[in-house]
Amino acid sequence: MMISGAEIVVRCLQEEKVDYVFGYPGGSVLHIYDALFKQDEVKHILVRHEQAAVHAADAFSRSSQKVGVALVTSGPGVTNTVTGIATAYMDSVPLVVITGQVPTAYIGQDAFQECDTVGITRPCVKHNFLVKDVRELALTLKKAFHIAATGRPGPVVVDIPKDVTAQVCEFDYPKSIQMRSYNPVVKGHLGQIKKAVQLLQEAKRPIIYAGGGAILSDAAPQLTELARKVKFPVTNTLMGLGSFPASDPLFVGMLGMHGTYEANNAMHYADVILAVGARFDDRVIGNPEHFGGEQRRIIHIDIDPSSISKRVKVDVPIVGNVADVLDEMIKLVEAGFRADAGVGDWWKQIEEWRGRDCLRYRQEQYIMPQFVMEKLYEVTGGDAFVTSDVGQHQMFAAQYYKFDKPRRWINSGGLGTMGVGLPYGMGVLMANPGATVACVTGEASIQMCIQELSTCKQYGLPVKIINLNNGMLGMVRQWQEMFYSKRYSESYVTSLPDFVKLAESYGHVGMKIEKPEDVEPALRKAFTEHKDDLVFLDFIIDPEANVFPMVAAGKGLTEMILAEDL
Amino acid sequence: MRHIISILIENEAGALSRVAGLFSARGYNIESLTVAPTEDPSLSRMTILTWGSDDVLEQITKQLNKLVDIVKVVDLSEAAHVERELMLIKVRATGKDREEMKRMADIFRGRIVDVTESTYVIELTGASSKLDSFIAALDGGLILETVRTGVCGIGRGDRILKV
Repeated sequence: MMISGAEIVVRCLQEEKVDYVFGYPGGSVLHIYDALFKQDEVKHILVRHEQAAVHAADAFSRSSQKVGVALVTSGPGVTNTVTGIATAYMDSVPLVVITGQVPTAYIGQDAFQECDTVGITRPCVKHNFLVKDVRELALTLKKAFHIAATGRPGPVVVDIPKDVTAQVCEFDYPKSIQMRSYNPVVKGHLGQIKKAVQLLQEAKRPIIYAGGGAILSDAAPQLTELARKVKFPVTNTLMGLGSFPASDPLFVGMLGMHGTYEANNAMHYADVILAVGARFDDRVIGNPEHFGGEQRRIIHIDIDPSSISKRVKVDVPIVGNVADVLDEMIKLVEAGFRADAGVGDWWKQIEEWRGRDCLRYRQEQYIMPQFVMEKLYEVTGGDAFVTSDVGQHQMFAAQYYKFDKPRRWINSGGLGTMGVGLPYGMGVLMANPGATVACVTGEASIQMCIQELSTCKQYGLPVKIINLNNGMLGMVRQWQEMFYSKRYSESYVTSLPDFVKLAESYGHVGMKIEKPEDVEPALRKAFTEHKDDLVFLDFIIDPEANVFPMVAAGKGLTEMILAEDL
Repeated sequence: MRHIISILIENEAGALSRVAGLFSARGYNIESLTVAPTEDPSLSRMTILTWGSDDVLEQITKQLNKLVDIVKVVDLSEAAHVERELMLIKVRATGKDREEMKRMADIFRGRIVDVTESTYVIELTGASSKLDSFIAALDGGLILETVRTGVCGIGRGDRILKV
């Protein structure tokens, strides 16, 4: 039977078992919206701004391992998605973004709501397509889902001119797909894996350093099993939090610019580093020239060969899917690995570093952001999905909320996009109905996608917004305090709305919390009494609280500034 | 180090911009770039002349391989290969220079492919260095226009770049 391009789009989504599409209609996608209207398998979530559609689809994916899908119209619809697409690209999140385009005959004529979608998105997608023939539509969408989800995942844009959605052809959705130009490696090289295990056995000062790749490949069980078998310390990057239980004694905390004293020292002084789906980026190891000794050897497992030996030379590269490679490693370890073989002194050293208690802080007159995070952890039993925006609050959440499970910590690590927190909360709730979701944010970040309070009302999404309100662009202020002689250039957020009234005006619940003793009761009230409501908790916090430890930009991992130094 | 990278890429709209965009986004150099379809019209062969350290070249090849449209990438200059570039050069050819130009073209095994009363167009093929030498050997004031294709290359013997 001949069906229209618009119906083909919807049938493809059905074939891919897509539950939700996040989007916003417009001229070029009217046929597709009409086709969506005529069925009820694929449900559409209407956001208030296209950027939020992509962020929500992104969090849907991050919290569920499914491919997230967004649908927007041409021109401004597309340009509004670019921040969302770039955010997903930097954190390797599989998305399919379907964009409308002006009719093929109009392309290149500066038509109304025309933009060069493929050109604009090219540098921030894994791949993109412009479909000019309805007969190629189904195959292209199949390719898009395949490319997005396999190898190192990432966003794929499919740009569809309006006339293509009106043309008709037979619908035939391929079951599987072969592409001669795209065949990502899955299994690691066995010889390299053997070499790696041998190196681990010889290590005197080992560390396991796991990043977002461990979460993307769902390798948390393997990582945990391997670490517990070899009894090595484990550190996580910001993106890797939850890939190893934070409550496990082997865990030394997050590393990097705001990593723990023990994690950063252990990483720096290690003689063998097992890097698992992590990429030695600048926020993690600081300046590569200050990083580690010459005797150190690095094993690097990553599905993307270009992540290996990019910033730091690697001794044993293993290209493959992290979970598959770790399975092989576990087999070899089980076959004869002597745990505790000479790493006792190393653990003693680590415990000494741990003894510095680098995340200590004092809760005095003002509410301290760290205190709010600790209480959030207690009140939610450590089992919430925590989304965050970008800035000090993000680091406090990462440092003080101990994630024991993967896919619970949803934030923009690579691109560092302010404004993601609330739409991330929406995406998490669509993928995990009934889940407890806290959006840790600040009064600056939250205003970047504040319009989504309306979407949350429409779909009954009870995100708990933990607004750490210091009236400052906190992280900017911190850098200005430390490196610009306290010249607070434009980092003061003035003319703030009354967030309680703002929340109420959207039909939500608002609370303002100004005293330390009110923190816990407010949180309890929000998460129990108002379980099914969106609650905006506006915590007025110490405006001068800073994130420590801190490795200044361009410094090495051991050159940390601790709170006690000041 | 100078490297010649050969690429087999799906012959699709926008493929060239993906490669060019990658080079500019990551700060790699392109000295020259040539592209044309192969005997299989669904594939294009691209040759890029670039400069960089071994580490940079490793990243360039890895990043190129990551592009979904790219089927194969090799660094031709890693082993024995033949490289050629074509130049068309228009020179002033009047008076005593007319004979001199003819002689220079012969010495460099060039061919005169267009003649007017006052100009020649000389076609010259060879390694880039030969083309450079030819330009250097001419009186600069007599060169009216030059156009070069950029380098293309192929491996010697059994080294074959094919799907």
